[in-house]
Amino acid sequence: MQAHAALEYDYSVAKLFTFTTILFGILGMIIGTLIAAQLAFPELNYLLGEYGTFSRLRPLHTNIVIFGFTLSGVFATFYYVAQRVLKVSMAESKFIMFISKLHFWLYFVGALIAVITLLLGYTQAKEYAQFEWPIDIVIVLVWVLWGVAMFGLIGIRREKALYISMWYYIACFLGIAMLYLFNNMSVPTYFASGGLGNILHSVSMYSGTNDALVQWWYGHNAVAFGFTVPIVAMIYYFLPKESGQAIYSYKLSLLSFWGLMFVYLWAGSHHLLWSTVPDWMQTMGSVFSIVLILPSWGSAINMLLTMKGEWNQLTENPLIKFMVLASTFYMLSTLEGPIQAIKSVNAIAHFTDWIPGHVHDGVLGWVVFMIMAALFHMAPRMFKREIYSKKMLEAQFWLQTVAVVLYFTSMWIAGITQGMMWRAVDEYGNLMYSFIDTVTVLHPYYAIRALSGVLYLIGFLMFAYNMYKTMTSSRELSEEPQFRSPMA
Amino acid sequence: MFHWLEKNPFFFAVGVFIVIAFAGLIEILPNFAEASRPVVGLKPYTVLELAGKEVYKKDNCLSCHSQLIRPFKAETDRYGQYSLSGEYAYDRPFLWGSKRTGPDLHRVGNYRTTDWHENHMWEPTDVVPGSIMPAYKHQFTNVADIETAYAEAVTVKNVFATPYGDEFQATKAAWEAHKPKVLADAQKIAADMKNKDIKEAVAAGNIPEVVALIAYLNRLK
Repeated sequence: MQAHAALEYDYSVAKLFTFTTILFGILGMIIGTLIAAQLAFPELNYLLGEYGTFSRLRPLHTNIVIFGFTLSGVFATFYYVAQRVLKVSMAESKFIMFISKLHFWLYFVGALIAVITLLLGYTQAKEYAQFEWPIDIVIVLVWVLWGVAMFGLIGIRREKALYISMWYYIACFLGIAMLYLFNNMSVPTYFASGGLGNILHSVSMYSGTNDALVQWWYGHNAVAFGFTVPIVAMIYYFLPKESGQAIYSYKLSLLSFWGLMFVYLWAGSHHLLWSTVPDWMQTMGSVFSIVLILPSWGSAINMLLTMKGEWNQLTENPLIKFMVLASTFYMLSTLEGPIQAIKSVNAIAHFTDWIPGHVHDGVLGWVVFMIMAALFHMAPRMFKREIYSKKMLEAQFWLQTVAVVLYFTSMWIAGITQGMMWRAVDEYGNLMYSFIDTVTVLHPYYAIRALSGVLYLIGFLMFAYNMYKTMTSSRELSEEPQFRSPMA
Repeated sequence: MFHWLEKNPFFFAVGVFIVIAFAGLIEILPNFAEASRPVVGLKPYTVLELAGKEVYKKDNCLSCHSQLIRPFKAETDRYGQYSLSGEYAYDRPFLWGSKRTGPDLHRVGNYRTTDWHENHMWEPTDVVPGSIMPAYKHQFTNVADIETAYAEAVTVKNVFATPYGDEFQATKAAWEAHKPKVLADAQKIAADMKNKDIKEAVAAGNIPEVVALIAYLNRLK
């Protein structure tokens, strides 16, 4: 991993995906903030007529931040990291270059079509798998192209041993491929009915309880292989590169990787506790969720210990701050999840705002922080300019940290309050609250959450501006920085 | 072994795939045959109800409403008998939801009426003061897509052997023959509604989305 290798890496595709990361990030977070505000102030539902209600916009928010922002970030970092750890430049193969550009453009066009169809209400109504079948086919093609680029690069590599980050990128590729294919199995009704009705419509191959099982095997592990695995890939590369420290333990990374691969898939049924899914599956989901703490914390602790003896960097380099906080939020989130997967806790937590609270301390604190830090590290190397403003980076860090804390604390309180009120009974054993009582009581927490969304969004806009200035008008660098990213 | 795998990407990938596919095989497949059995007396959705289910999906009611009553006293007191697996046998996709910003709807047909839904979809706060649910006025003018709903019925009959009658055939003619039945169902719902435009639209053969949606909600029992 010498930074002064003679190879001239080609970042054209990494740059393209960097742009879409920023674009979809802004879009996804604006919608997220809007729908958060709608729960506190319902009048905001009527800004766009039929297309602006909470219910119509919510899948748009989740899909844009997952398949728009996060996936773009994964691809951007992949096309940067893979060249470097495999010691091969994209410019060396015209074929890989072509495939990866096609990968980008098909992805971008597919994403735009997806946004439009979701706004119009075409949906399979499965969470994070809403896209109807033609878009699913585009996504599969995009994924295959990524696989060709990935294994193409691996095929012509000079460094024979795959670095840890590559393990995780490969796992991301395989995991999502398997999950996405099986969960989206459906029959287009137009073709099965001799040409009747809407061509976009389809019915799921699975029904009822089975459909729920497949969906949450997918839903939970889309988080695993989209929000955990590739983000771990990033931190394994960018933290050592930015800090100049070697990974603390190879054995710990082995244990964490193979442990995560084996355990994660079992845990999906914890989304279906107390449902009509057989008891033994629910119990398996609970048990494996607890076991999952081990490999998750294994990675996080490995990262924190990588900083051993160099903690002063935390005060000197804001990018280290982002990454260390990201691993800390990863630890928080992977402890919180298993707690919610305990059946008795789940009885209160499920269906409440504690769940979105949990999701967001993971994604806002871990995923977004890590992706932003990665792009900030990449920018001086891709654009050969120093980072535009350290001050802005510091301000952004604190603003967004406060935002995340406001988000999850308000949602913890909201969730537990509502969960307790649903089950509260008076002295005669009658339910104490009508449903609407348990909604109106949440107003202050919804307002705080909306505020946290605004703060986080402002922070993200600062990131976007800082990146823009870094690309266009920051001081030029004469040679590539070795470790710490230079910033003004 | 691990060092060797890291130098042999193909076998590495195969190894990863086996490890991640394992859980799905053990945990998901065994239950498949059992869980698709319907409870006794369960009827497939009518075409109008299917069209209503599409409205439910399109306006994404499931982002805020569950259809899963858990086996707790607090839930059965509030919503009725806890949900059974066989009740969902014809639900493609399942619509359990994962968040209750609003109440559960699995048995809403037991305690809400056509009239109540009409008022509620038009302006939720008129019926439930303090409600944060948006109004869905566009459902009163948008026309439900009953042809696609029929296509769905035919599809699940042919592909998954859902017990629809012999008249459900994959032809335009069969659809035209079935259409009056759907309109008759819609007229029954519209008769209980007070909105004049709705009644006129249904009489003219156009079924507003809200009528189909109410048919679906009334069926949830």
